Amino acid sequence: MTLKNKASKTGSVLTSEQKEQALRDMLLVRRFEEKAGQLYGMGLIGGFCHLYIGQEAVVVGIGLVMKQGDRSITSYRDHGQMLVAGMTPRGVMAELTGRSGGYSHGKGGSMHMFSREKEFYGGHGIVGAQVSIGTGLAFASKYRDEDSVSIVYFGDGAVNQGQVYESFNLAALLKLPCLYVIENNRYGMGTSVERASASKDLSQNGSPWGIPSLKVDGMNVEAVYGAAKTAMDHCRSGKGPFLLEMETYRYRGHSMSDPAKYRPRSEVDDMRSHHDPIEMLKSEMLQEGYTEEAFKALDKEIKEIVQDSAIFAQESPLPDEKELWTDILVEA
Amino acid sequence: MAVTILMPALSPTMTEGTLARWLKKEGEVVAAGEVIAEIETDKATMELEAIEEGVLGRILVTDGTSEVAVNTPIAILVEEGESVPEQSGNSASQPLSGKNISSSVEKPAQPVQSVQQQEPEWGETREMTVREALRDTMVEELRRDQDVFLMGEEVAEYQGAYKVSQGLLDEFGARRVIDMPISEHGFTGMAVGAALTGLKPIVEFMTMNFALQAIDHIINSAAKTRYMSGGQVSCPIVFRGPNGAAARVGAQHSQCFASWYAHVPGLKVVVPWSAADAKGLLKAAIRDPNPVIVLENEILYGQKFEAPISEDFVLPIGKAKIEREGKDVTLVAFSIMVGVALEAAELLAKEGIDAEVINLRSVRPLDKETIIASVRKTNHIVSVEEGWPVAGIGAEICTIAVEEAFDWLDAPPVRVCGLDIPLPYAANLEKLALPKPEWIVDAVRKQFGG
Repeated sequence: MTLKNKASKTGSVLTSEQKEQALRDMLLVRRFEEKAGQLYGMGLIGGFCHLYIGQEAVVVGIGLVMKQGDRSITSYRDHGQMLVAGMTPRGVMAELTGRSGGYSHGKGGSMHMFSREKEFYGGHGIVGAQVSIGTGLAFASKYRDEDSVSIVYFGDGAVNQGQVYESFNLAALLKLPCLYVIENNRYGMGTSVERASASKDLSQNGSPWGIPSLKVDGMNVEAVYGAAKTAMDHCRSGKGPFLLEMETYRYRGHSMSDPAKYRPRSEVDDMRSHHDPIEMLKSEMLQEGYTEEAFKALDKEIKEIVQDSAIFAQESPLPDEKELWTDILVEA
Repeated sequence: MAVTILMPALSPTMTEGTLARWLKKEGEVVAAGEVIAEIETDKATMELEAIEEGVLGRILVTDGTSEVAVNTPIAILVEEGESVPEQSGNSASQPLSGKNISSSVEKPAQPVQSVQQQEPEWGETREMTVREALRDTMVEELRRDQDVFLMGEEVAEYQGAYKVSQGLLDEFGARRVIDMPISEHGFTGMAVGAALTGLKPIVEFMTMNFALQAIDHIINSAAKTRYMSGGQVSCPIVFRGPNGAAARVGAQHSQCFASWYAHVPGLKVVVPWSAADAKGLLKAAIRDPNPVIVLENEILYGQKFEAPISEDFVLPIGKAKIEREGKDVTLVAFSIMVGVALEAAELLAKEGIDAEVINLRSVRPLDKETIIASVRKTNHIVSVEEGWPVAGIGAEICTIAVEEAFDWLDAPPVRVCGLDIPLPYAANLEKLALPKPEWIVDAVRKQFGG
């Protein structure tokens, strides 16, 4: 029952409105992350900070298919997921700076943010843990007889964790509406996929459990959208889980302190120059009548939103010291 | 508009760095994302990328300069055709309220945790085994709340590896009594995910030894999420199963995890001894909106006790019970060791020593008030546990006695624990390794100079 795992070549499946939405969302993630990098450099964001720059098409393409009530969960490279889930740039940025206006009142940080309202369940710092937890989100949909799908993002680094395969087994066994998305950005921290995984085609990693899959050009938002639609229709129709392998790339290091010496600069430059998800969509739209002026206006608007979030994130007060002792347990 | 490029922090611990070299000269055009300089941090040599396109207007810190503090202006980027302003800097890129973190000397005090709730009246009682008490409680709670379900290995069709879930599949069906493959790490994570959405799973571990495969989810995923989410997402879940030594099952199947879980903020840990404990504490655990660990005991499953039949017999978590009042020495025990301590108390009575026996019922939160009040009365304390001595529950209890009742103590507190060894298989060796009433009697005698 495994589908052919080639990139979806469904042609132009996005409407012009969807393309504008995709461009806006990808630009928001890109500019937000650039600003986060700046604030980190200024010492305003501490600890670990993992940027999503380069991978925008993955979360934005899937976001275009998500419906009200669908849940999502990811690893610590989570800022893009949160913005696309509809969480506010202010709340996310203020969490990065550890302020009271952040989603976790400054108690979570870059890697740990949640929104019950937007059905976003973190933000997890243990590689692979979100795969089992995300399977539980899908379990809850099935238990409650809901129509929702749970999207579980994890990287190529997580595919070698045992619990990923325990989860695949459970999801297939219980026919859970779970969309597994491998964001294969080629490196788990500093180790390339080739050096970490004996499996040469990660999209086939669910095949022993009969989980259908697609390998997708994760730099192309339209391809992501097409594949996500196929996958989520499958999950929503009660047929069980689906696996997407997104071939993507992160431009920055694993975290802010990664000098990224494990890959040649030319590789990064090539992806940036020839496969940038934003540039590719923009140039396609320009051919279809979108204008450079409209793009500049959009970019300006997005930069203002991001700048506003950065100001908020610096002006928002530090959490009250009383917060040390709150939210440990639900008080009866 | 001109933008000042500041010396960036490029690792969690970097406060200053060396500007190794500039890859661009003054006047050169740079693209967004292009590497313009190399900076040596405390960890590595990092590439500094331009965030915006422009012309490198002026270099303020030259190649090879070391000890450049984070946030020092190092260059000015201008737009093409723009001249470099005299005053370096663009206020928008300056921190508005930088590292003005006040570090007050006084830390906020931990709120006093005192469980005021009292044990409910027992009402009508009948004799039942601990196994029956646990099963009946799950039946009652599954009937009461549709969000509660039971999952684990052999809980449904097999009727429970230790028959604790006998009959549940028949009444509630496979949707709510769910057999799991042998896959603790995966299914525990899955249960936690379900709980984060508001469902109330009861996860049965065939024994708590197997929960080690899943301990990351119990601690990192279940216990910490509420805090990390600023109170938005809680995890109403029960992890239960037999804990501690059974009989002749060897080292890997015989271990007490009380101190492991008691260590973790964000968890509650209950340790029932009697059938009433089992009923009242499991009910409390299922109804509690937090993650609760229920450490049961295989040997106790078949033991009979008088217990309340009320469906609303809910014990307060964090409240100990004085099982036997006495005036000469306090014996603090939990789970199967409560019975051992009571036996010891009978032996001591023959020697004229009147022991008070405290059944902790919960090791997190720990009922300090009851322990301290007892020590202030008896002036002697002995802790009793089946687990290992190092950093065990006994260590905590004895410390509490010393910290909070030092002036009332007539002798140093003593721990009675299982031996500090993996539990052996041979019948004679196993018997030698686990606490028995005589060990407690010896410990008490020592306190009285015997």
